[in-house]
Amino acid sequence: MMSKRFIPLWITASLLLVMFLIGSLQFEGFASARVVTNLFRDNAFLLITALGMTLVIISGGIDLSVGSVIALSGVLSSVLITQYQWHPLLAFALILPLGTLFGALMGTIIHVYKLQPFIVTLAGMFLARGIATTVSEESIAIDHPFYDAIADLSIALPGHGSLDVSSLIFILFFAIIAIMMHYSRFGTNVYALGGNAQSAELMGVSIAKTTISIYALSSFLATLAGIIFTFYTFSGYALGAVGVELDAIAAVVIGGTLLTGGSGFVLGTVLGVFLMGVIQTYITFDGTLSSWWTKIVIGLLLFFFIVLQKLLNGRKASHG
Amino acid sequence: MKTSVEMMSSEALIEMPNSQQTSSNTPNDRYQAGKSTSFGRYLWPLLALALLLLANLFIDSSFFHIAYQDDRLYGSLIDILNRSAPVALLAIGMSLVIATGGIDLSVGAVMAIAGAVCANLLLLPDIGLGTVVLAGLVVGLMAGCINGTLVSFLGIQPIVATLLLMVAGRGVAQLINQGQIVTFQHQGFAAIGVGQFLGLPMPIWIVIGMLVLTQLLLRKTALGLFIEAVGCNAKASRYLGINDKSIKLFAYAIAGLCAALAGMISTADIQGSDANNAGLWLELDAILAVVIGGAALTGGRFSLFLSIIGALIIQTLATTIIVSGLPAKFNLLIKAIVILTVLLLQSEKFRRQLSGLFKLRVFKGTKVGDKK
Amino acid sequence: MSLILELKNISKHYPGVKALEEVNLRLFSGEVHALLGENGAGKSTLVKVMTGAQSKDGGEIIFLNEKQHFNTPIEAQKIGISTVYQEVNLVPNLTVAQNLFLGHEPKRFGLIHFQKMYADARTVLTQFKLDIDVSAPLSSYSIAVQQLIAIARGVAMSAKVLVLDEPTASLDADEVQVLFGILNQLKQKGVAIVFITHFLDQVYQISDRITVLRNGRFIGEYLTSELPQPQLIEAMLGRSLQQHLVEKTSAEQTSNGTSAVLLSLEGVSVKGSIQSMNLTVPKGQAVGLAGLLGSGRSEVCNAVFGLDLLDSGSIHLAGKKLHLSHPVDAINAGIALCPEDRKVDGIIGPLSIRENIILALQARVGWWRCLSKTRQQEIAQFFIDKLQIATPDADKPIEQLSGGNQQKVILARWLAIEPILLVLDEPTRGIDIGAHAEIIKLIRTLCDDGMSLLVASSELDELVAFSNKVVVLRDRYAVRELSGSELTSQHVMQAIAEG
Repeated sequence: MMSKRFIPLWITASLLLVMFLIGSLQFEGFASARVVTNLFRDNAFLLITALGMTLVIISGGIDLSVGSVIALSGVLSSVLITQYQWHPLLAFALILPLGTLFGALMGTIIHVYKLQPFIVTLAGMFLARGIATTVSEESIAIDHPFYDAIADLSIALPGHGSLDVSSLIFILFFAIIAIMMHYSRFGTNVYALGGNAQSAELMGVSIAKTTISIYALSSFLATLAGIIFTFYTFSGYALGAVGVELDAIAAVVIGGTLLTGGSGFVLGTVLGVFLMGVIQTYITFDGTLSSWWTKIVIGLLLFFFIVLQKLLNGRKASHG
Repeated sequence: MKTSVEMMSSEALIEMPNSQQTSSNTPNDRYQAGKSTSFGRYLWPLLALALLLLANLFIDSSFFHIAYQDDRLYGSLIDILNRSAPVALLAIGMSLVIATGGIDLSVGAVMAIAGAVCANLLLLPDIGLGTVVLAGLVVGLMAGCINGTLVSFLGIQPIVATLLLMVAGRGVAQLINQGQIVTFQHQGFAAIGVGQFLGLPMPIWIVIGMLVLTQLLLRKTALGLFIEAVGCNAKASRYLGINDKSIKLFAYAIAGLCAALAGMISTADIQGSDANNAGLWLELDAILAVVIGGAALTGGRFSLFLSIIGALIIQTLATTIIVSGLPAKFNLLIKAIVILTVLLLQSEKFRRQLSGLFKLRVFKGTKVGDKK
Repeated sequence: MSLILELKNISKHYPGVKALEEVNLRLFSGEVHALLGENGAGKSTLVKVMTGAQSKDGGEIIFLNEKQHFNTPIEAQKIGISTVYQEVNLVPNLTVAQNLFLGHEPKRFGLIHFQKMYADARTVLTQFKLDIDVSAPLSSYSIAVQQLIAIARGVAMSAKVLVLDEPTASLDADEVQVLFGILNQLKQKGVAIVFITHFLDQVYQISDRITVLRNGRFIGEYLTSELPQPQLIEAMLGRSLQQHLVEKTSAEQTSNGTSAVLLSLEGVSVKGSIQSMNLTVPKGQAVGLAGLLGSGRSEVCNAVFGLDLLDSGSIHLAGKKLHLSHPVDAINAGIALCPEDRKVDGIIGPLSIRENIILALQARVGWWRCLSKTRQQEIAQFFIDKLQIATPDADKPIEQLSGGNQQKVILARWLAIEPILLVLDEPTRGIDIGAHAEIIKLIRTLCDDGMSLLVASSELDELVAFSNKVVVLRDRYAVRELSGSELTSQHVMQAIAEG
């Protein structure tokens, strides 16, 4: 019996494969290592953010603040490096714990005051963006030897492809999070929280600790994504990364995670980001298709997956 | 003992003398009848708005000054009302959706679609203003019905269901505009955004009109009560014969309609449709306005009037920041702090902690006083 | 055999309801202690207080001679009280093994040791004669298997006290015997077991001691061997009303059976709740439904109100066949239901008394024609006076009323649309004794005025007092119909016990 849990994952993987094949057959140069590694490179920050979003959504919550946290992290990095002449690594060492604390605070408010994650992280979204614009409204360019070194560093792959530092960091965190989700108590607790928080509590899971850790981790990853984003753009901009939370949520859903929580895989989310990336690449290669089709296709994909989940879980839902 | 049968002939119940209906015509008269509890509901949002306005007066003594010039009123207050119109309209629809226990994330995207449809229709020669407006409204209504169907008949969580249109809707709007900013020259349509009537800008009139219409529709029929009943307890409502699914559908439909109106205002305002930016993030402001107005996100009681106060508070806040000479960049930060405060104040536990803290202080104070 | 856990004078109040009032419970090592009572007697609340899931308002918990205060279930689990709650309280999306070991998974190198966890899980489940894939999600198994897994989890925690709230509700006979085998082993190890059930034969098979609760009060503690079944049923159903309140008024005179049949159920079956049920309700009469929990009492009410779809059989009202697929169908036919769970299905908490009273009428009239405020007020005031609802005014939110007054408001809601058949499911549950008498009186008055009533209740004395006839249900079947001189609480009790 193939478990129902894996059906959405297989569908996402097949769609990704089909899209890639269609692109490869239609356009020369589509099926190249360069296109594949570019998918990693262009989407590294989104991938890292979406890892955290997966956790949050599996636990039955949502985190709208990630886009703003990315922007805030980028602005703080660039200000510390450019205006205060900090070494980038030192700046990151300060910003990452701060970002984590930000998420922990949201988690605390959600848990202690029994407020909906949606509205609390919405406030967090405004707050992070507000702090970012307060620090600097202008885009700040980063010019530092460390950044140049990072940009030059990459692992060459056959076929003109290369994995840059951002991609490697993503792969590292993907491995860590995937192992954590499936081989640690914390991971089990995250799934338990999304499955039935009340039962989980009766069975001895600490809801407070788990909730706070989940949002802290999501913000940590978003902060990291913000740093990665500065590697990509060589700048920090308070009004950048707008709407990334939506892309992340879409990737999570397309990756087969149930938006009501309790079921999903980080691997699915990664496939979801890639599927969205391949669609984007296809539209770029085509040249005649306009960019808005990306949004419409993603909307349709979302609809397809939500209805699919509804059908797969329909029987269970009628029970509860 | 005789039962109700004699008194309660159902005919008699239905045939109500009309004079009784017209006795109370102010919006939200039901809450005035609710005595003490409703007093609190009105107190805080109104107080907040009053304080904000006073702060403005403090900063700029001419803040309340309204000039009459060229058949038109000018002044900061008019400006606030005018600028808050789109969010206020969205807040009307959002109030209903939130009252049923739902949420509508798509209204910003629906604004963009409605704007795009109208702008493109206006490019056609010889098209009537009525047709364009009607088309815009129909588009909004359709979007609302899609949301409502997903939520009530397919049983999809509101956040998820409306997320679909939030993502895809903007794409659809760009598709209609073919990625361009579609501009038009049409005085009649532009009047929706920049025109005036009896000295007041048109958007204000549209908000007032929509508020009155919706209020009449909800409170002069039983729809408002049904929405509240479904939001408080959908199961019990079904048990007593209310069609909870249709009620939810209705709420989303109205939200779509309001979004279309807001979209037309913002399109008319710039005489063009910008699918990328029209109504961008306004759904969040609308939700915020409803929450500041004191509605619970879990559903139940709603007040359109308070939601509009919420929208005014948001706009006044933005204006205050500008008037006070603070850079506009503080806008978001202050907004975030306001949301957090309002949110925490809505949490019972926080209120208890706060009042505990307060009592402790008072207690200590008296103790010290006694010693003296 | 020693005293392990003692609960003394435990009280627990919810807004409007006294869930527990000075209840006692003593648990001895190596004993199975049956905790019995009807729905709403307070069993589940007592369990929740005992295991830290809810705080108590009064009384004390003494565990091994030490006073204890549990704030969370974890604290109770740590000192050795393990609980299997009534609804299967597991996490459906986790695997069977994860559910068994959630919170204390075996680890290796800081990570969960899946191999060992699966092996341990299989060992635990072998005891229960369950040979299933422990790495599959819990939700892929039937409720019965889930229930066994929940029990296995409780057992695997190797606690000193094991609390089982309705563990056998969805088990078949063989599974029950497996469970009892395990319980006997645990007894030998000195574990004290609390066993809550509504299957009385199981009580006699496994338990050593019985505590009975009724309406949140402690009725008594008995040794199972010294309490024959009829006495047990009497203790559970009880005589909660003073006799003078329950004079047989008009019921006897009108029970001559000349009235025309209003409602008739013919061979009605609903999967899992009622079996080929035949039942008639004559015009202007009150028909009682008696039986223990799970006998089909409430289920008949739900079927008549269109909440559960019929699998076979038909329902006729005044000679017309009804097609019920939604409560609206029933309401349009003239049927109203006061549901068993008043809080969840009945009241609309934050709305005012006035709105709660007029809602059904308004729904009937339609959304377009709104009842004017004055009219609403008139109707509300009429019923507040008539039913003596204790409230300063009609604008008070209904959730602030006591249980009895809430029930009156719900009755008023239906009386306002003048149903021809009023179905009451446990109309007097969880309400104070004074309101009991008023509601009983009201039922008779309504009959005299020509309304028909179908009333399910576990309060036999009351049922006998206001009913023209009582249908006794047992294990989803209607087993006896009692009327006339046969209609006494003794006879009803006998019929429940013997079938």
